[in-house]
Amino acid sequence: MMANGQPLLSVRNLKVAFPTRRATLTAVDGVSFDIAAGEVLGVVGESGAGKSLTGAAVIGLLEPPGRIIGGEVRLRGQRIDNLSKEDMRKVRGKRIGMVFQDPLTSLNPLYRIGDQIVETIRTHLPVSEAQARERAIALLQEVGIQGARERIDSYPHAFSGGMRQRVVLALALCAEPELLIADEPTTALDVSIQAQIITLLKRLCRERGTAVMLITHDMGVIAETADRVAVMYAGRIAEIGPVRDVVQHPHHPYTRGLMGAIPTLGPQATRLVQIPGSMPRLDAIPKGCPFHPRCAFAFDRCRAERPDGMDAGSSKVACWLVAQNAAGAPA
Amino acid sequence: MTESIAPSSAAAASSQTDRRKPAQRSRLAAFLDSDLLHSFLASKLVVVAALLTALIFGAALLSPLIAPHDPYDLKSLSLLDADTPPAWLAGGDRNFLLGTDDQGRDILSTILYGTRSSLEIGICSVLLAIILGLSLGLWAGYAGGRIDTAIMRIADVQLTFPAILTALLIDGVAMAILKNHTIEGGKFWILVLAIGLSFWVQYARTVRGVTLVERNKEYVEAARLIGIGPFKIMFQHILPNVLGPVLVIATINLALAIITEATLSFLGVGLPPTEPSLGTMIQVGNKYLFSGSWWMVAFPGVTLALLALAVNLLGDWLRDALNPKLR
Amino acid sequence: MLAFAIRRLFEAALVMVTVALIAFTLFRFVGDPVNQMTGQDTPLEDRLKLRQELGLDDPIAVQFGRFLSGAVRFDFGISYQMKQPVTAIIAERFPATLELALVAALFAVALGIPMGVYTGIHRDSWLAKIFLSVSLVGVSLPTFLIGILLIYVFSVKLGLLPSFGRGDVVQIGFWRTGLLTASGLKALIMPAVTLGLFQMTLVTRLVRSEMLEVLRTDYIKFARARGLPERSINFGHALKNTLVPVITVIGLQLGAIIAFAIITETVFQWPGMGLMFIQAVQNADVPIMAAYLLLVAFLFVLINFLVDIIYVRVDPRIRIYGRAA
Repeated sequence: MMANGQPLLSVRNLKVAFPTRRATLTAVDGVSFDIAAGEVLGVVGESGAGKSLTGAAVIGLLEPPGRIIGGEVRLRGQRIDNLSKEDMRKVRGKRIGMVFQDPLTSLNPLYRIGDQIVETIRTHLPVSEAQARERAIALLQEVGIQGARERIDSYPHAFSGGMRQRVVLALALCAEPELLIADEPTTALDVSIQAQIITLLKRLCRERGTAVMLITHDMGVIAETADRVAVMYAGRIAEIGPVRDVVQHPHHPYTRGLMGAIPTLGPQATRLVQIPGSMPRLDAIPKGCPFHPRCAFAFDRCRAERPDGMDAGSSKVACWLVAQNAAGAPA
Repeated sequence: MTESIAPSSAAAASSQTDRRKPAQRSRLAAFLDSDLLHSFLASKLVVVAALLTALIFGAALLSPLIAPHDPYDLKSLSLLDADTPPAWLAGGDRNFLLGTDDQGRDILSTILYGTRSSLEIGICSVLLAIILGLSLGLWAGYAGGRIDTAIMRIADVQLTFPAILTALLIDGVAMAILKNHTIEGGKFWILVLAIGLSFWVQYARTVRGVTLVERNKEYVEAARLIGIGPFKIMFQHILPNVLGPVLVIATINLALAIITEATLSFLGVGLPPTEPSLGTMIQVGNKYLFSGSWWMVAFPGVTLALLALAVNLLGDWLRDALNPKLR
Repeated sequence: MLAFAIRRLFEAALVMVTVALIAFTLFRFVGDPVNQMTGQDTPLEDRLKLRQELGLDDPIAVQFGRFLSGAVRFDFGISYQMKQPVTAIIAERFPATLELALVAALFAVALGIPMGVYTGIHRDSWLAKIFLSVSLVGVSLPTFLIGILLIYVFSVKLGLLPSFGRGDVVQIGFWRTGLLTASGLKALIMPAVTLGLFQMTLVTRLVRSEMLEVLRTDYIKFARARGLPERSINFGHALKNTLVPVITVIGLQLGAIIAFAIITETVFQWPGMGLMFIQAVQNADVPIMAAYLLLVAFLFVLINFLVDIIYVRVDPRIRIYGRAA
């Protein structure tokens, strides 16, 4: 999996905070994970869990007053969270790409899509205008835009939502980045289009060997697309591991709740499980494990100490239950 | 849109950490803790502006009590006093702190009385604009159809012209009609009419917009079905929703109204030199600028400038503070 | 596109007719034309004859028609005060106002846009704060105060610039221009700055707020995520999107400038249409008031129409779909 033993992206103990009038709110509190080259890591969790912020922090696009207050982000072993603005700019697009949720607003309405692609290519690659244009046309064909040669001079509003997201993918990948961060790439699309886009995303990245950090709240997409998955809760990673393991044998009570909340058809269809309560607000995160108020299995240690990622098979789980089980009786 | 983690107003959050039940915290405490007050106090400039405005308005309103002379009393004027420089210069007179104008009027008193007139005209004209704009807006929004189109057409035609032009026109027309008949204190009401009629449109449009939205809501439907008359619906149900935006427009409008009156007076079609406002004073004093009697223009000019700046600052801040987009 | 233009033309015509109606009402009913043109001693029969000559007893519709046909031929009768044809007076004054208005507009745009862009990009720099303070002053102070202040500093104290009049003018055909002489240009500076200052601050604030809003959009965020250089983002993507709505506002401001010229011309005794209008109001000279009203309405309507056409051409969304997405 890791060609030279080193992960492509390595995030250690990342913390992102927002200073407000009353207090500094920590939205991402000590997140650590790796992404290997060509791997798809899903990052899943409820709204407000900190997934998008983590993605924004990795690519250096945190909006002020938010900023990184701790930890480090390494790309192929080299730190990128403390680069100068200009150096980070060169990383963006060329080594790390990002796509956002809403294709309708991601494209500049006053520029033709061909011009936007050509501009991005020529920013990062030393090619001529004509060469860039040919690449753009090829890319558009690859993402499934019919009649690319004619439509390259169209404006964004001439395309439907699904088509625009294809253009967005083309734009994000045109400079051949090693990592693509996809922040809810299908949430704003019709259900019928979602599958197409996800398939396209998978294919493009596999063909190019691009790693993907796929941020979503849709567990189904993860199950289908990701190699590994990280479950985030209240700014931390509750559980991270291979997709099969996390989906079929979740350890963390929150993850178990999430899996139970996925509607299934078939003879085993039972009631949807609802996790009581809701995720805590940023300024009211409980001491110890942030999930303990909603957890059916909470005990004293959970309320007092914050658990960190502990090994449980091939996954890492932030839960004292795991420590307990590992130490004592089998699960 | 990517999920926004940025915390919204932390007012609710403090109720989580505040052990008392929310209902028990007095509304005063909530206001004192509110973001609105904080943003107000945080900007020293705005606080200064507010104090300055209060000072000038207060002094103007109290002018009959605090002014050393009555500048409108023509009998008390003496040409011998005319053209006196301010008290701290050579030739000045303690009696006339800021000097006198070409008719012997005390500048300080005239400024006080003049600001008062400007303020009165401003407030009255804004009230007129509100009454007219509110009624027409409610009517247009509620009745819809041809009435709506007609009113909005008139509004559009009027909007093609800047307010100052409309005010000038109405003023000119009124003067032409009344050329041979002088009404006691008539100029005051002509100005109120002229300025008020030039500013109703913005109220009407905003109110119409809100009315259209509210009109389609279910509670209005329900009221109509029960048989409640249209007037009652408009005033009881729709009006409260409209007052907020109207207030914001009104504060900014007041500043504009005062400046419009000053401009009209400066142009010679506003308040006459016998009962001058700040604008008239500046016009009269302007003639003496070159001959060295600078105080006739300077003091009213500075007063007007400070007033205009202060009220604009306040209006700006109010608009930003109440703008939901920036919160 | 054609349907759009025709619709706008129709609306424009509607406005013009409405204004013409108002102007006509002014012209005919405010003040008595006969009284204005005769003295106190004129015998009654002469007055009656004059009434007949002027057609004052004909049905209103006929009179309105006559007024309209006269207006179209630029015949607005005789000024009460100056006893000259109104058209001649306006023709004489029009170039002065137009030159002043255009230079003022140029000043407003040439300074306003860069200032707006700068304060939009460098939000918190001290230079931006200075620009914003200047713009606040410009937007709050009444125009005439600014004019008087400039006169005081540059004419009374420094004696650099003339405080009234146009300076020397050169006649080109029927147009008298002050742009070709040194004294003409010097006389133009203060009035143009006074007139343009308010518009400049408006432009600055508008450009700034548009810029700030554009810089917050998703497509700018995406552009950054693609690693585009900051300069391309600011001056390519952001600026283009900012200027499109700004163009329309600037165009519309031209109309406001022509109206506000009334004040500036009064302060500087600039021999333009504005000064003429004020004097007409002061003297209840209704023909001039009516004619000015019609002319200004026509200019506004024309400008609005042109601005709409330009906007449709510039924004591709409207071109295809007929409205902004």
